[in-house]
Amino acid sequence: MADNSDMRTWIIARAGAWRGIVQSVAELRRRQRATVEEALSAVEAYRGLARDLATSRRLAPDSRTTAGLESLYAQLHTLISHRPRGGAAALLALLRVDIPAAAHELRSRIAGMALLMAASAVAGWWIITTFPALITLFAGEEMIEHVEHGRLWTEGIVNITPSSILSVRILANNIVVSVLAFCAGIFLGLGTFYLVALNGLMLGGVFAFVHQHGLAAALFKFIIAHGPVELSVICVAGAAGVALGESIVRPALGTRRDSFQACAHRVAPLLLLCAALLVGCGFIEGFVSPDPRYPLSSRITIGSCYWVVMWALLSGRLFANRATP
Amino acid sequence: MADDQIFVHSATGVDLTLTVAGPGSRGYAFVIDWHIRLLLAGAWLLLASFVLKLSLSARSQDALLSLLPAAVIYFLYHPILEVALRGRTPGKRMAGLVLVNRSGGTPGTAALLIRNLFRLIDSLPAFYVVGLVSCFFTANRVRIGDMAAGTLLVLGDAAAGKSLSHLETLAAGSRLPLDALELVDQVLERWASLEPRHRSQIACMLLARLEPGSDAAHLSTLSDMELHARVAALLDGGDAQAHEPAAGDEATSG
Repeated sequence: MADNSDMRTWIIARAGAWRGIVQSVAELRRRQRATVEEALSAVEAYRGLARDLATSRRLAPDSRTTAGLESLYAQLHTLISHRPRGGAAALLALLRVDIPAAAHELRSRIAGMALLMAASAVAGWWIITTFPALITLFAGEEMIEHVEHGRLWTEGIVNITPSSILSVRILANNIVVSVLAFCAGIFLGLGTFYLVALNGLMLGGVFAFVHQHGLAAALFKFIIAHGPVELSVICVAGAAGVALGESIVRPALGTRRDSFQACAHRVAPLLLLCAALLVGCGFIEGFVSPDPRYPLSSRITIGSCYWVVMWALLSGRLFANRATP
Repeated sequence: MADDQIFVHSATGVDLTLTVAGPGSRGYAFVIDWHIRLLLAGAWLLLASFVLKLSLSARSQDALLSLLPAAVIYFLYHPILEVALRGRTPGKRMAGLVLVNRSGGTPGTAALLIRNLFRLIDSLPAFYVVGLVSCFFTANRVRIGDMAAGTLLVLGDAAAGKSLSHLETLAAGSRLPLDALELVDQVLERWASLEPRHRSQIACMLLARLEPGSDAAHLSTLSDMELHARVAALLDGGDAQAHEPAAGDEATSG
């Protein structure tokens, strides 16, 4: 440690300023907002504290004074590095810029995922048409029993569970599946491939099974209102997951970790949109799809309109700034 | 320990030193949060069932008011609180942890949401095994969610900042050298948590070094309370001449 009397004098001289900083840090932490004067004074205090910390590190590196200053410096650094919340402007930027940019970047992967899902659905159809007994791999016993008795498992579902409850359960399940399709990309993209292919297989297999019992048209009528967006969202989430896996396999930035992080931040806005769209799907699936009062034409209209809304959101056209040339 | 410290460049040119939280501190914070959310969800279910007289059946219309809020509390506790409290949940606060981004600042909403999305993977196959293994093997002891979000969980010693003003009082009131002063202060702070036998040993060593003319044999006969009083008295007076530079190091290692 440096000359004790100098250090002591220095501590006594600076302690008043440090006390002030401790108080203002506590005060600023409690509040959501700060005035310009408060922010400027915090920055000024930060600079002063940096000087004190440098001095203390040099004179007494292992002292409690240095430890205290390190801690206070870190707290102030965190506080002044805080970005203000964007509010409505940030939401608009998300819808106008971030989501369309991510969707544009992922367009080929989205097409790839759609292709994978379609191919898996064909494979599922072929498997069940060729080996009908294998339907137990794709459907539960109750579901099989319903279809074998000539009824869809969705019939009368609203008499057992209220539509609102059904919607919440469905949307929660769909959101988890989509998030999982995205996050499973961490396993070098293989987890995502597995999930999307499995969904396609199940879809094709179940359709083949209901077709064998003459219920394909009824199932089509059930899913046409919510299905197009629901399946598209799984493809979009899958594409985001594949991009995540690719960022690890072929890092675009310095390290795999940096590349993974940058990719997650780039494509995450899409997940937000997917979740919002799935909320809509959940309500359609809970209120419209199981309700026999809706004719096929209404269901097709709802399904196609909702799909167009999804496309407009992904392309950024729904919230495009008309004033921009 | 050095491996658990990271240095962040700052605009002032003075690097920021952050101490990364290990799996133990993380686990401690998580367990506290888990208990809180479990209790809150349970409390809501009890309220819904016994006070509001709502049905807890998943097929009843009441489930929207009874089961749904409980599920929201339990499953969305982390994302909601982290976004609202800028990364600080009650568990992290109690464990003395702070969530920061890789430049030491407060993480943004997007980063916090991404961090929470990946809980699905970190919690696989059960009890956060993937996240825990990741914490053991990654450089900055991060789970996959932190890697994706670019966040770090660091130790935030709020008390250390507050102790600065205390040091001023000590520096002004005592003639002891600063390193000895800090040492005496630390010993007194930890007095209650130390084993009586060890604290007596430490106190005797300190007094022998810092009190001029003290007799080691006499010191060893003093009671625990007397030793505490004698050590505390060092902060009010003390003699700089009696202290040798090595005193602090030896006492610390003892």
